Amino acid sequence: MHLARTCSLVVALFFSGLAVAGSGEAQVPVEDYCEWQVTDYEIKEPLCSLKGDSKRGRDIVSDSGRGNCIACHTLPLKHISVYGTIGPSLVDIGKRLNEGQLRLRVADTRQINPMSIMPGFYRHPSLINRPDRRYIGRTFLTAQQVEDVVAYLKALK
Amino acid sequence: MKAMYSTRLFLLTLGLVVAGNNVLLAEPKSGYEYIKDETRALQDDDFDNPGMLTVDRGLELFNSLLPGASKRCANCHQQDGEGLDSKSIARYPVVERSTQTITTLQDRIIACTERTGVKALAPDDKNLVALQTYVRHLARGERVAVDTEGLDALLARGEKLYTTRYGLIDMACQHCHVFYPGTMIRGQHISEGMTNGFPAYRLDIGEITTVQQRVQQCLNLMRAEPFASGSEELRLFELYMTVRSNGLAIETPAVRY
Repeated sequence: MHLARTCSLVVALFFSGLAVAGSGEAQVPVEDYCEWQVTDYEIKEPLCSLKGDSKRGRDIVSDSGRGNCIACHTLPLKHISVYGTIGPSLVDIGKRLNEGQLRLRVADTRQINPMSIMPGFYRHPSLINRPDRRYIGRTFLTAQQVEDVVAYLKALK
Repeated sequence: MKAMYSTRLFLLTLGLVVAGNNVLLAEPKSGYEYIKDETRALQDDDFDNPGMLTVDRGLELFNSLLPGASKRCANCHQQDGEGLDSKSIARYPVVERSTQTITTLQDRIIACTERTGVKALAPDDKNLVALQTYVRHLARGERVAVDTEGLDALLARGEKLYTTRYGLIDMACQHCHVFYPGTMIRGQHISEGMTNGFPAYRLDIGEITTVQQRVQQCLNLMRAEPFASGSEELRLFELYMTVRSNGLAIETPAVRY
């Protein structure tokens, strides 16, 4: 039961604002997908060996067209007063999960809980059913954005 | 290890609950129960309810000649639709059992107007949606009453569509509307996805919206390729979702976010 909860413990995003932010984002060229590996319920290596920036990560988590984690999770953001309640609070998530655990939950939490409502932000594009044509071949977030979000979450202690 | 085991047990239990309850909820709740107080107030007052403008437009069309028509709706169904039976309206979508053909209220209006000489109206035609809204509004207060006898195969197809993940956001309808009703997606409560208020006025887009258009809008939000207007998939969604809504009072035109 406890683990089930931890499973859905994640950085999620969801809908909202997609039309606006989505159309801008879709003009960015499609990037090559970097494979990743799960070991001990973690993705230990940074995606594409990139280094995350927690300041950029903070912007992504509240951007409704990118991470939009706040649609479902509470975060300690001064400029945001309303958060969703679908997922658990992430205000001190860095105390509970290490970097590799966070990366797996952001990239593809269904590796842990196949029924999770939380989108996988870095799943192989071929796994997506009926993507809008603007998003064919894309991941939800880029590898760099995932690393930025992980860097931000890791520092929430 | 113990934790792992209990996780599996939890997921298994969840799966069974879903399989058992997805179509017919014991006590479905109208979206009305999930909207904000001020939205309810807007819906409850026919003078303030923005959906009533569409109802009025539908009434006007009902009593007038559509382009190409030899008859008005009112010629057969009496002035203002007095001759229509609200209990029959509440039974839509209906299904021809022998051919397993779904006829939504909208399909019925298209076929009916075509017989009077009107060129087949497109599913998103504003006049058609207004007529549909008016006719459904005539059954306001009636309980949704789709007859489920002999619908197993169609409902299974509807359920498959409802439980399939779509688009870059990669979620199925059930993720929000079966697993998480009542929680907040940012500032809005998630509802059970009931159709009893539709066509409904959506505050988010400022337009009257049919069930099928709502499904398309959700799929767009999922960054998915929506099913085309008039497609069999959307008919199956509407049938399945309306069966889930059986027993709820019709609210057309509801006001929803």
